Amino acid sequence: MFETLFSDPTVQFIAFSTVKILVVFGVVMTFVAYAVLVERKVSAFIQDRVGPNRTAPPFVMKIPVIGPFLVRCGIFQPMADGLKFILKEDFTPDYVRKVYFWLAPAIAVIPAFLTLAVIPFGSQLSAGPGAQKMVIADLNVGILYTFGIVSLGVYGIVLAGWSSNSKYPFLGGIRSSAQMISYELAMGMSVVAVFLVVGDLNLGKIVRFQAEHGWMILYQPVAFLLFLVSAFAETNRLPFDMPESESELVGGYHTEYSSMKFALFFLGEYANMIASSAMMVTLFLGGWSLPFLGEPAGSLWGGLLHLGIFVAKMLVMLVVFIWVRWMLPRFRYDQLMDLGWRRFIPLALANIVVTALVLALVDGWGKGT
Amino acid sequence: MTKVVDRKPLSFYERTYVPALWEGLKVTARHFKRSVQGHNTAKELGEGYYPEVPWRVSEGYRGAPYLVRDQDGHTKCVSCQLCEFVCPPKAIRITPPGPDGPPADRPNAEKMPREFEINMLRCIFCGLCQEVCPEEAIFLEDHYSLTGLTREEMVFDKERLLKLGGVHAGTQKWKNKLEEAAAQESFPVATH
Repeated sequence: MFETLFSDPTVQFIAFSTVKILVVFGVVMTFVAYAVLVERKVSAFIQDRVGPNRTAPPFVMKIPVIGPFLVRCGIFQPMADGLKFILKEDFTPDYVRKVYFWLAPAIAVIPAFLTLAVIPFGSQLSAGPGAQKMVIADLNVGILYTFGIVSLGVYGIVLAGWSSNSKYPFLGGIRSSAQMISYELAMGMSVVAVFLVVGDLNLGKIVRFQAEHGWMILYQPVAFLLFLVSAFAETNRLPFDMPESESELVGGYHTEYSSMKFALFFLGEYANMIASSAMMVTLFLGGWSLPFLGEPAGSLWGGLLHLGIFVAKMLVMLVVFIWVRWMLPRFRYDQLMDLGWRRFIPLALANIVVTALVLALVDGWGKGT
Repeated sequence: MTKVVDRKPLSFYERTYVPALWEGLKVTARHFKRSVQGHNTAKELGEGYYPEVPWRVSEGYRGAPYLVRDQDGHTKCVSCQLCEFVCPPKAIRITPPGPDGPPADRPNAEKMPREFEINMLRCIFCGLCQEVCPEEAIFLEDHYSLTGLTREEMVFDKERLLKLGGVHAGTQKWKNKLEEAAAQESFPVATH
């Protein structure tokens, strides 16, 4: 009976999708926790400090060599942080607009995870007709879905800023609405050139194209640069962390938040970083493929190797995010808008036009012709 | 003579931010590499890390304000309450001795406070009390790590302040005043 039930394609689809969702969610949550640790360690190292090096559960220090080494790396710090966030007092100020105040952290964190649904994080785990693609939702409008969801992310921040009903969060919310909407334009337009070359919106097909023809960063370096910088602005990372700007807005939109509600914003920021790293890897850096490993995997080990390649590329992009944060000072607000509207959008438009012209003139380059 | 800094207009390449970005990445990468190899500021100062090796403050640091005793171990404070008045966050509270209070333990002072409290949770370490004190009886010393488990615990009373403050023998404003006063009683006035 179980056999017959499982041979039904609908049941199979539901079962595999559930497993994939759970695995991706678990892995991303772990990555978020450890991205915070990497952030703290890298920042410490860049500033000649030591970083978290003391948190240790009982008895770990008793393990010879490995125990003290792990503690020095701060491996247990994320667990302590998580515990702290859960146990802290969840304080809701009297003057906030309660419903929206409670809603905002959830709205901030959900889009970050929804974006991950269309990312092809591997080829497949086995060959044959029953092979499952390593993507949760293999949408034909993948990138449109992503942009739709990403633009929802701003609502969490704007709502948080507005519902907090105090000055600094309000300013942060206003800034974020302007900033994120402006850079979304540049980001969206930079990607158009990629689709002109590939001729498809499906992210899996974009990866296949790159596996066959070489990475997109070689064809579209300008688009990559625009996308990279816009991604910094979209994820509120320095040098574009206007909505947060600790030094002028006291934390901006999350000033009034505490405990787990604050942690959700924090989590959302890092999940966004992971999602946009994954998106960059998919669009520009060849996804799960390497120049000599372009074929979809025929075996379990090949599939796992592709997963590993994808994760490795994503981690490199994450480190770039973190590295840049500790290098550049924050832009002034008008400079940020100037860069977005007067530099990036014209540049992205020019890139689209040039790409289209080249595609029209050079016959046979890309699938679009 | 003012020095005129020559501000050359940036070239197009420089205005693209690319050279600045590249140099910045190089600087941060260099520090990162040094840290990975085991160098860091704490190690270079040769002292160790904070909780084990407390941070040594430099001279003139404004830590917690404490009451000091003079070279003979007497309370210097004369309960004039100037510090109480000047204190911006109103952290200091002085109970004067009143008409029938205990006499000052210093021979040439009229009174000393019955109680002297500083609420360290309110204190902003501005140093105005030290500046205003005519008797040089209160000093911001080098304690910076003030912790307690209750609010009551963080209100330091006179005993505790005097104990923490210790003897401040540096300023001996009244040291020779008694002899000088006694000498003025005799005639002709002895000159030193």
